[in-house]
Amino acid sequence: MSFTRIHSIFILLSLAALAGLLGSCDSQTPVERATEANILVLGNSAEPAALDPQIVTGVIESNIITALFEGLCGQHPSNDGKHLPGAAASWTHNENFTVWTFSLQPNGKWSDGTPVTTADFLYAYERILHPEFGAKYASMLYYIKGAEAFNKGEAKDFSGVGLRAIDSHTLEITMRAPIPFLPDLTKHYTWYPVPKHTIEKHGGMLAKNGEWTKAGNLVSNGPFTLSQWVLFDRIECKSSPTYWDAATVKLSGIHFLPISNAYTEARMFYNNQLHVTYTLAPELISYSKDKYPENTRLETYLGSNFLRLNVTRPQLSNEHLRKALAHAVNSQSIIDNILQGGQEQATGLVPNMGEYKAAKVMFYDPDLAKEHLKKSGLNPAELSLTLLTTDKEAAKVIAEALQDMWRKTLGITVNIRQSEWKSYQKAMSDLDYDISTGGWIGDYPDPTTFLDMWKKGDGNNRTGWSSEQYEQLLGTAELTEEPVQRIRALEEAEKVLLSETPIIPLYWYTQCYLKHQSVKGWHPLILNNHPYKFISLEKTTSSPKP
Amino acid sequence: MLSTILSRLGQGCIVVFLLLALTFVLIRLMPGDPFTSDKALPPHIKEQNEKRFKLNESNLVQFTAYLKTLAQGEMGISITREQPVTKIIKSSFPASAILGIAGIIIAVCVGVPAGILSALKKNSLIDYGTMILAMLGISVPSFVLAPVLASGIAGNIPFLKVAGWGGALDWFLPALTLGLATAAYLARITRGGMLDVLNQDFIRTAKAKGVPALKIILKHALRGGIIPAIAYVGPAFAMLITGSFIVETIFQIPGMGQHFVNATKERDFFLLQGVVIVLGVLIVIGNIAADIALVAINPRLRETS
Repeated sequence: MSFTRIHSIFILLSLAALAGLLGSCDSQTPVERATEANILVLGNSAEPAALDPQIVTGVIESNIITALFEGLCGQHPSNDGKHLPGAAASWTHNENFTVWTFSLQPNGKWSDGTPVTTADFLYAYERILHPEFGAKYASMLYYIKGAEAFNKGEAKDFSGVGLRAIDSHTLEITMRAPIPFLPDLTKHYTWYPVPKHTIEKHGGMLAKNGEWTKAGNLVSNGPFTLSQWVLFDRIECKSSPTYWDAATVKLSGIHFLPISNAYTEARMFYNNQLHVTYTLAPELISYSKDKYPENTRLETYLGSNFLRLNVTRPQLSNEHLRKALAHAVNSQSIIDNILQGGQEQATGLVPNMGEYKAAKVMFYDPDLAKEHLKKSGLNPAELSLTLLTTDKEAAKVIAEALQDMWRKTLGITVNIRQSEWKSYQKAMSDLDYDISTGGWIGDYPDPTTFLDMWKKGDGNNRTGWSSEQYEQLLGTAELTEEPVQRIRALEEAEKVLLSETPIIPLYWYTQCYLKHQSVKGWHPLILNNHPYKFISLEKTTSSPKP
Repeated sequence: MLSTILSRLGQGCIVVFLLLALTFVLIRLMPGDPFTSDKALPPHIKEQNEKRFKLNESNLVQFTAYLKTLAQGEMGISITREQPVTKIIKSSFPASAILGIAGIIIAVCVGVPAGILSALKKNSLIDYGTMILAMLGISVPSFVLAPVLASGIAGNIPFLKVAGWGGALDWFLPALTLGLATAAYLARITRGGMLDVLNQDFIRTAKAKGVPALKIILKHALRGGIIPAIAYVGPAFAMLITGSFIVETIFQIPGMGQHFVNATKERDFFLLQGVVIVLGVLIVIGNIAADIALVAINPRLRETS
């Protein structure tokens, strides 16, 4: 090859590189380009485990699935308590909330144009409950009569489950007890229909090969359809022309980016690459509030953070010691000095929701804490306790704060044991701890989402605590038809739980994130499930700039 | 030469098998299992899922079944992702490979000349300056360098993104992060190799014969002086193209490095085993390639082999 030829190739390559560089020198930011294309770009923390509503269990997957699928009732854009028509146009119930009848949208269609019928719902519910399918979240449907027995293999015939197709567009659901919050449940992805015709084409009901959820195969009934799924890079959805309420959908598409590093996500937002972040690291809250006040969002979230106390440990079987530990914790100080995310100090386990009034049992009172320690008859100097927590940096700081509070108020030395996530979960399940950090995010806005887990033998209890009185009250609530009386029974149950202190509630969660000013129709919601069909993008002259 | 390569390949197969066996045992010794989570599974659901992945069988049965799967050209199904492991690796390897190649090019282009220059200007300001920079490159971890580059450079240049994977411009900063650390090692190794050679008699002879300095360096000194650097570059290249968890998460790159950490955290046995096999195979290939390159450069090694 002659020198002249090499020289020519070099010049050509340089020109190509320069052209590429200039081509990318666009005066618009990625967010501005996306806004112009009417595409919402969201940070979504991690690659979803799957897009099959009956396989997944997490919030990350839920964020995408709620764009693709729709349950019987639809989410209101600004009020968690209101239910809008979804896959069902209307619904009725009998007097005691045990039998519900849903009339499906007459023009409800899957994205391939096939009508959505009751057969799809029955197929979906049989699939999630089928004992051989092994759906991890099947228990979300245990409210249906006979569902639990079928899922556990105790009843072999699915016709024994309280589901009946009155006709192709009328579905009747018989509950195991009065369930006034069924519309809330149907908004959860476990209650969504799945396309029978597509699943049967790609392996059948029990196949878990993910074939039917691939881009190109996935057929959905929600406002958006899956257009592209690039593993670990992005999921792209576009608006569905066959959606029954397509006229309401304002966005042309949504891009979900699996950004696992919260600092990277914030940097991407600060540099106009994202419309909305999934989260905001506690260390960045103060900075963001200062530099991006219009974009920083701290909103109430349906979740509770608490400490578990292992009551099977000899020292912690002493109720007075548990109460002493509880009243020595100043959680407001943790919120103000460590979390800084506007969390609310928890006075009970269940936050306020609708008729349910949060208990006012937990509070910081050093004198009361000392009094309980005295009553416990234990010598603080002889106590040896360990606090189990996760390996996150923030978890360590909180653990150190708690350690300091107990030492200063009670003179008790508490050691800290940090474990990586699975080891931490295993230690809790095995009751191999004294005190442990913990938290719970509600699946639906009803107190039972927080209270059912403390029943004896429940896999999420993990304290060794149980109470007949507590379970009786939960049982009473379940059988109570009158909604307000039911709520009062649940409040009583929570009081029993808190009075025996197997847990120490610390704070109620907030959702901290960043939102671009071009995003409209995105309102605070306690479940943080924003119905995408009401969201729009408007060009703004300002961009988030520090 | 061929027999050497075959022998190395045989040794490589044994190494990869041992690596796989060790990974298989160690991941299962860790506390918890793939189904341990913050929301506990009911026992019957857990049992059903364990049965599906044969995790209810003994380790020996599981290992034998896994070897059979490998023999069929598959690596099993990722327990947490519900996707074939081969599909996950195929989709994430290209990004890591591109990044690794770009990183190694930067490393060689920066590290080798810096090492040569340092050796030629031994004990001068240039030498001290280069080695201080190299020591900094080795000492500054990528989790510090990457955000500094992202905020400091990409944050101020409109056509560079702070994170994300799309066009060729998106490769630049992550490749620079990966490349600079390797360049620092290479500079030190090259310097050491060059100093050894520059003190040899044949260099003095060449100088005495009046051979031009550039020719001495490129034709005589570099040939021997580069040998330690080549031995380092082979496995380093394999490590770079299998991805870096830190660089990938900071620059939001859909590469393979994340799987080493996430699969371990999530006890995704099959995914971890799959990526470890790929890493093992690439390291073996990298070593063999380095050996071949060394033999090609050094005639004495050719005679030995």
